[in-house]
Amino acid sequence: MTVDSTAARKPRRSSSTKRTRAKQPTADQPELVQLLTPEGERVEHPDYSIDLTPDELRGLYRDMVLTRRFDAEATTLQRQGELGLWASLLGQEAAQIGSGRALRDDDYVFPTYREHGVAWCRNVDPTNLLGMFRGVNNGGWDPSTNNFHLYTIVIGSQTLHATGYAMGVAKDGADSAVIAYFGDGASSQGDVAEAFTFSAVYNAPVVFFCQNNQWAISEPTERQTRVPLYQRAQGYGFPGVRVDGNDVLACLAVTRAALERARSGQGPMLIEAFTYRMGAHTTSDDPTKYRADEERELWEAKDPILRLRAYLAAENLADEDFFTTLEQESDALAKRVRDAVRSMPDPDNMAIFEHIYADGHALVDEERAQFAAYQASFAQEGH
Amino acid sequence: MAAGTTVEKLSIVKAINASLRKSLETDNKVLIMGEDVGKLGGVFRVTDGLQKDFGEERVIDTPLAESGIVGTAIGLALRGYRPVVEIQFDGFVFPAYDQIVTQLAKMHARALGKIKMPVVIRIPYGGGIGAVEHHSESPEALFAHVAGLKCVSPSNASDAYWMMQQAIASDDPVIYFEPKRRYHDRSEVNTTAIPGPLHAARVEVPGSDLTLAAYGPMVKVCRDAAAAAAEEGKSIEVLDLRSMSPIDFDGIEASVRKTRRLVVVHEAPVFYGAGAEVAARITERCFYHLEAPVLRVGGYHAPYPPSRLEDEYLPGLDRVLDAVDRALAY
Repeated sequence: MTVDSTAARKPRRSSSTKRTRAKQPTADQPELVQLLTPEGERVEHPDYSIDLTPDELRGLYRDMVLTRRFDAEATTLQRQGELGLWASLLGQEAAQIGSGRALRDDDYVFPTYREHGVAWCRNVDPTNLLGMFRGVNNGGWDPSTNNFHLYTIVIGSQTLHATGYAMGVAKDGADSAVIAYFGDGASSQGDVAEAFTFSAVYNAPVVFFCQNNQWAISEPTERQTRVPLYQRAQGYGFPGVRVDGNDVLACLAVTRAALERARSGQGPMLIEAFTYRMGAHTTSDDPTKYRADEERELWEAKDPILRLRAYLAAENLADEDFFTTLEQESDALAKRVRDAVRSMPDPDNMAIFEHIYADGHALVDEERAQFAAYQASFAQEGH
Repeated sequence: MAAGTTVEKLSIVKAINASLRKSLETDNKVLIMGEDVGKLGGVFRVTDGLQKDFGEERVIDTPLAESGIVGTAIGLALRGYRPVVEIQFDGFVFPAYDQIVTQLAKMHARALGKIKMPVVIRIPYGGGIGAVEHHSESPEALFAHVAGLKCVSPSNASDAYWMMQQAIASDDPVIYFEPKRRYHDRSEVNTTAIPGPLHAARVEVPGSDLTLAAYGPMVKVCRDAAAAAAEEGKSIEVLDLRSMSPIDFDGIEASVRKTRRLVVVHEAPVFYGAGAEVAARITERCFYHLEAPVLRVGGYHAPYPPSRLEDEYLPGLDRVLDAVDRALAY
């Protein structure tokens, strides 16, 4: 695999009316749905197409840039001790924005803990995502406000919740769809296999969106599977497709089609977004221990944001004003997030005992009272 | 008796069935899920006839995957349903343990109260039926230990009926342990009068010399023990705890302040069991009222034995009476 790293900024073709066919798949690189090459060239795919207005294209670009800026700010906040941990999505912006922008308002999202770009698409305030990483709550937002479920940390569990939710959607006779995010590591979990089974036998309207970012902390995808992950779907009786996860247009087109398929009663589908985790697993991780810089460099040349920028520039779809304004908007977002995190109050001590049960529990009441009395004893000693 | 009052003599199986039927009739969000719960009516026939009357959309035969059953029930609850899921046997619950402990129990807290998890998990539990491995266990302590879950176990048909009604009405996840060796014990059920709160202990047999506290299948053994002790002039109070989380410590304390002696009985292993928790708390609450240490009778720290040995493993009448004698000897 050779990539000209300068090509991302110099598209060889600049006319949107003349589109080439995508490269033919090879044995070690099975077919990948691609609509925008790493060089920023629009290509056709026989099964998936997309036609977006300049506004929509700029919108996708803006989403990716702002998500990356937010993500970078969160990493910085962790380095400065304001967050305990951060799980960066760097490199996965196209997979998340493309799939996230394919959703309708009434669709429902079940994320992992890294879906900051999808959260952005759902209008979840970015600062909401930071509470758990700062240690002031374990999520705490109302999933029904934006149809965006709480971040799920234990790998793969949410795919079953998504399937159950989708079974409920079908029972209600609604035409909403559900999307479950997970990663290449999660594909080894039994819960994911069970979610595939349940969704298939009940024909549930759920799309399984696997971001194969090549690494599960230190373990490469080869440690999870002997077949391309999208091919697993076949064994469960529903289609699977591999999409260029760094191509926002392809991710949007394929996810749209899968959601539409689910809505129309044709059941689940698996999308494997082939992408790369450019950063560490989390801020606690050190990828230099297990992977080579060269690999990262290869993927840098496939950057999701640069390729769309190259396309926008080549097609004259965005002027300098657009990019300058977006830069200012990015800085403003970063500042807002920074201020919000730094002013996020620690929870009250009594929060330990809150919301454990909806209908109450005698032991919780007893321990809450004991704890309150214990705390109050210090105040009295202070007299 | 008030007009419309219905009193029937039912087995525990029939009482649970009637309770599920009533909930399916009155709340269209209630679903039944599990392995073989449909046409077969469950391996113990608890859900017999329900799929026929309420359809496959509400009484759902699931794939044989316990984590999947509970995980999808969580998703259905998020969508506004109230799933009642069956785990076919006690020893089969562990594939679902992660979903129960990590997801179901913590979802309400994770969302700071903004979502609720009205899921009931029915588990036929306990031994005494001559079954093969994994069909006779009492894992209740493994669930009672987890904040966010509630655990109950009826000992008779009336409780089986009403506690199921209350569990389904609860906005918290409830693990409902069914005493499978008592499934066919029959007793009166008044389906028009709620006997009391879900988590309150009940004095089953009043007495003054010693309190025997038990739940589920061991309540009958304790009743028999009280009757045998009565023949020797000993007055034993039997307390049906009914709920293992929360535990009605006030109810136990009231009994122990009167009798001054307490023996806790369950099938589950004594080590880290409900009896240990009751003993510790009651010792703390009633230290100056106790005439003897709180004793426990239960299973051993051993895998549930092959069925030819289960009568030796399970706390039977003699072992309970032995503990009664030891406590009274102090």
